Amino acid sequence: MATVIIPTPLRKFTNQQAKVQIPAKTVGEIIQSLATNFPDLKKHLLDEKGKIRSFVNVFAGEEDIRDLQEENTLVNDATLVSIVPAIAGGISL
Amino acid sequence: MIRFQPTPLDQMLGHAVQIFPDECCGFLYGKEDEEGNRVVTEILIVDNAKPGDKRRRFEIGPRDYMKGEQYAVEHDLTLLGIYHSHPNHPAIPSEHDRVAAQPYFSYIIISVKDGIVDHVRSWRLNDQAQFDEENTLTIQTIHQSI
Repeated sequence: MATVIIPTPLRKFTNQQAKVQIPAKTVGEIIQSLATNFPDLKKHLLDEKGKIRSFVNVFAGEEDIRDLQEENTLVNDATLVSIVPAIAGGISL
Repeated sequence: MIRFQPTPLDQMLGHAVQIFPDECCGFLYGKEDEEGNRVVTEILIVDNAKPGDKRRRFEIGPRDYMKGEQYAVEHDLTLLGIYHSHPNHPAIPSEHDRVAAQPYFSYIIISVKDGIVDHVRSWRLNDQAQFDEENTLTIQTIHQSI
């Protein structure tokens, strides 16, 4: 079980829930569970291959899962998982 | 419809001028009523985290983003969107802006020409992931709406 913090722009897909409790042992299970339970959220989290989109950062506590074991990062009841959208833009790439 | 209270408006435009010719960025906070009308009551200035040349690109780092969400919770505000500037370019979203944009957020773009704010426009993604203009936020209409 872990607590997931949903960022403001994606709450329209989670019935305005800011925090969701999900029974899971890994970050990957959490993401898959979110995609299953909130189908409209799926395209914002996963790419065509079912991998976490490059524009989405996932943090376990204060750590980016890319610096841990990525989707295999373990979670427990005390883990706060944050979905963090990449915010970028500008005149040109 | 998105409106600004005077102080956050002045802060946002001042930030865009101060950072010129680089792109500035920050968070917009406030409230949204049941009809979707938004009022910005606070802004939070954020460092442009884009490595290298910041004159044509901006980026908000993930830890700054998490702090931004936390600020909304602590102050009982809604994170309404993001502002950034287009130095010496119109306030029209680029393809880079569109691809990276999030639903729900208002994207305020400030066009700064030669160090002076020229015009401001606000955009939101529609369900087809294309930008619609939220309204016509010329500097004159912003001040008239306050």
